[in-house]
Amino acid sequence: MHIRDFDFYKDFLYKKSGLSLTSDKSYLLDSRLTPIARQFGYASLDAMTTTLRAVPPQDLVKAVVEAMTTNETSFFRDSKPFDTFRDTVLPYLLKKRATTKRLRIWSAACSSGQEAYSLAMLLKEKANLTAGWTIEIMGTDISEDIVAQAQKAEYSQFEVQRGLPIMLLMKYFTQVGDRWQLRDDIKSMVKFKYFNLLDNMAALGTFDIIFCRNVLIYFDPPLKKQVFEGMARQLSDDGFLFLGGAETIMGFTETFKPLGQYRGLYGLTKTEYDQESLAQTGS
Amino acid sequence: MKTCLIVDDSRVVRKVARRIVEDLGLQCDEAEDGQKAYEACEKTMPDAVLLDWNMPVMSGIEFLEKLRQMPGGTAPKVVFCTTENDLAHITRAVQAGADEYIMKPFDSDIIRDKFSQVGII
Repeated sequence: MHIRDFDFYKDFLYKKSGLSLTSDKSYLLDSRLTPIARQFGYASLDAMTTTLRAVPPQDLVKAVVEAMTTNETSFFRDSKPFDTFRDTVLPYLLKKRATTKRLRIWSAACSSGQEAYSLAMLLKEKANLTAGWTIEIMGTDISEDIVAQAQKAEYSQFEVQRGLPIMLLMKYFTQVGDRWQLRDDIKSMVKFKYFNLLDNMAALGTFDIIFCRNVLIYFDPPLKKQVFEGMARQLSDDGFLFLGGAETIMGFTETFKPLGQYRGLYGLTKTEYDQESLAQTGS
Repeated sequence: MKTCLIVDDSRVVRKVARRIVEDLGLQCDEAEDGQKAYEACEKTMPDAVLLDWNMPVMSGIEFLEKLRQMPGGTAPKVVFCTTENDLAHITRAVQAGADEYIMKPFDSDIIRDKFSQVGII
């Protein structure tokens, strides 16, 4: 790929998706976009680039953005945040929302749905605590293909072995040939939709818990700030944000603060969280 | 250092699995069928067993049933690792006392995930 083409894609991807393409990742352009060029009937990647520069067709733009965004995920990825959710955040909010009995959870950049479904399975396992509650889990992603996959909730043998305990596989999946289909009672707990994190988040409504793990690492500081502040506006006053274990808010925003000893767990800076209650619910 | 007994009739599989498990910080021993595994457990009870299903002399499931009857035999974490990938086999294994279940083919990520879930690492 020519340098000027790299610069074009860097700028293009940044504007369309917020992705910051660094030069050490330039090889990804060739390996991921060549199949797209072929699929759309271009003679070469160069020919496709020429069209993208001139009059980019909407479906091609979407395909290029989808191909360049990373979809690495697994059930109960990194496991710890799910323990924190189950043992600390959930009991805390069940207490705080005891009168409304409503919770909304957002899995932002949800990829093929494993994070959202892991939360759904945890909630199902704790069904005795949430009887009579309305708990909504929403998964969003910038790739329509991956949203469709998430909705389908059908996984390969490899995918169901990454992070998913065998007891949960037995309990909540049905084997279909060499694939594993998530059962309807879990599937129906999650709604998926296409959403670009750079768009106005107000349309999504307010959430009590947002999971946005290992997403913003691909964004540059101004966009990180924009997304953090957008999420802060969509978070209820005593809501929680989960980031990836290696991520930080430091230097990007002051609207969030880390919450105590729980790695990757953040709350709104303006809110006084009941620390005692947070510590107590931890098991 | 925790110990793991790797039970598989294929020397190649044992070798691959052993390298992965050793990288996780466990000390490994090998057995080529259920009978040999049983004898190894009589000598020293391992902390973990990575267990194939179909083997000559004594199958993995027979070994597991016998192991769980042995003195101290409920202690080891047993992770099946087999080409048997249907719900009936998985259910039977769990009922016989398996802690986790890996469907072949496996890779190091899957073994690490499963060993971590059963609390071995």
